[in-house]
Amino acid sequence: MLDELDIAKKNLPAEQGPVQYVNELTTLNLGPTHPATHGIFQNILQMDGEKIVSGEQTIGYIHRAFEKIAERRPFYQITTLTDRMNYCSSPINNMGWWMTVEKLLGVEVPKRAQYIRVIMMELARLADHLICNGILGVDTGAFTGFLYIYQEREQIYEIYEEICGARLTTNMGRIGGMERDLSPTAIRKIKELLVRFPKVLTEFENLFNRNRIFMDRVIGVGGISAERALSYGFTGPNLRAAGVDYDVRVMNPYSSYEDFEFDIPVGQSGDTYDRFMVRNEEMRQSLRIIQQAMDNLPEGPYYADAPQYYLPPKQEVYKNMEALIYHFKIVMGEIDAPVGEVYHAVEGGNGELGFYLISDGGRAPYRLHFRRPCFIYYQAYPEMCKGLTLSDAIVIMSSMNVIAGELDA
Amino acid sequence: MLTNEEVAQTIINQFGEAVTDFDDPYNLLTFSTSREQIIPLVAFLQNHPTLQVGFLTDITAVHYPDSKGKEFCVVYHLHSLTNNFRLRIKVYLTADDVHIPTMTPLFASANWMERETFDLFGIIFDGHPDLRRILNMEEMDYYPMRKEYPLEDGTREDKIDALFGR
Repeated sequence: MLDELDIAKKNLPAEQGPVQYVNELTTLNLGPTHPATHGIFQNILQMDGEKIVSGEQTIGYIHRAFEKIAERRPFYQITTLTDRMNYCSSPINNMGWWMTVEKLLGVEVPKRAQYIRVIMMELARLADHLICNGILGVDTGAFTGFLYIYQEREQIYEIYEEICGARLTTNMGRIGGMERDLSPTAIRKIKELLVRFPKVLTEFENLFNRNRIFMDRVIGVGGISAERALSYGFTGPNLRAAGVDYDVRVMNPYSSYEDFEFDIPVGQSGDTYDRFMVRNEEMRQSLRIIQQAMDNLPEGPYYADAPQYYLPPKQEVYKNMEALIYHFKIVMGEIDAPVGEVYHAVEGGNGELGFYLISDGGRAPYRLHFRRPCFIYYQAYPEMCKGLTLSDAIVIMSSMNVIAGELDA
Repeated sequence: MLTNEEVAQTIINQFGEAVTDFDDPYNLLTFSTSREQIIPLVAFLQNHPTLQVGFLTDITAVHYPDSKGKEFCVVYHLHSLTNNFRLRIKVYLTADDVHIPTMTPLFASANWMERETFDLFGIIFDGHPDLRRILNMEEMDYYPMRKEYPLEDGTREDKIDALFGR
């Protein structure tokens, strides 16, 4: 063994003193389709050797003009657009949209529907954070954690399927509540998840939290101060990792979030490790919320008494004259909304997801604007990468959880 | 906890005639100002010792082709995280003069929000460090979110707006 080492040393070239760098920057075109970035992102980086000197993002590769399309669609057809924004947590987008419309229409949602919505939104948050943290592991070279948690993500998608029939683009809920009550199977699956998930999460944390390789790759990488983060419009886990305890669920509670007891984890330095830890802890808090919501699930209707807006159940449509009339009117978009302008924000997987809706009294919005958290905080990316290596840039991007669909809308 | 009336009163005391149309639809304080006043106004709100409006939530625009002299409306959403109230500030612009000063010196996040608004509506933010299209391609020669740009193919008779409630 020793001999081999000696031979290896002998084969090395003789020491030549410090390496002479030619003072010339390399332009590196990272993307638009790069295997290490998740989605279509182009970054034109100026590199000095392995160090990033400056960078510039190009976005808009999957811009689908949702805001323009929404101006011609009735409210029920706009949820399908919101699905495709942050597709890792589409139920949150759906519910945010319904709540915006309900605010405009003045529909009071019954407690049971609000609790079911909270459960769905927190499940979506779990799925979102699982993906983000799992992928962060993959980008630092640890594939195992990612595979472990995919099983739990699968469980969450099965619950979605039980609630709304779809897995990824959920189109879940209705104006005024949910499309159906929690089925016994859904309740069983949620309860199973509540038992299994904490164990898996602990295993996942054991794999990463004190892992030397992982810590070396992420601690002190891509840090941002609280002041800069606020100036850059950071929200969600990325802002909380920088030490600001802003959470829409607590600041402006919606859908009965004020009924639940949960903590907001915050970090200190806003680096990749803090973002990872904040997301992990948020998953635990989400589990707490789901547990409380399941324990205290109120009895009562799961949709509001608003026949003008709530799409009637299908079996009613076939038997009941009124239901058929309303079904027809709603589907054909003959229901006019009141005049008004609403801003409603929910805590999405990545931060404050806002809907700015202006209605002129027609069937479709006069103007609908989405405040997409990704779009706003992704502009800080070059600043966070400056002076670091290319491999750090990849890690930072995945820990920021930039979702292409939400970025480009 | 500051009420909307108190916030509105503080702003009126400082700016008087320059701020108009106070309203609070769905409990969100909304008012209008002129483009000359928007930057001093937001800087005042940002540095005010009690209001502390330190977070720019959103910048967007709305096109009203039918209201003469007020064809474009640039909408700012601001949030005071310390006092937990939101503000919506509107600046109306005429169609032949769509210039407004940039907010990038106050908030770094305004950079892309203004680029997006420029891209979709053609609002020109004076003093912006890098005012280019962001979501659409650079060669595009129209502003797609303006109302005169139709979503459907303009030659189709079966899809005219009147049939769809517009």
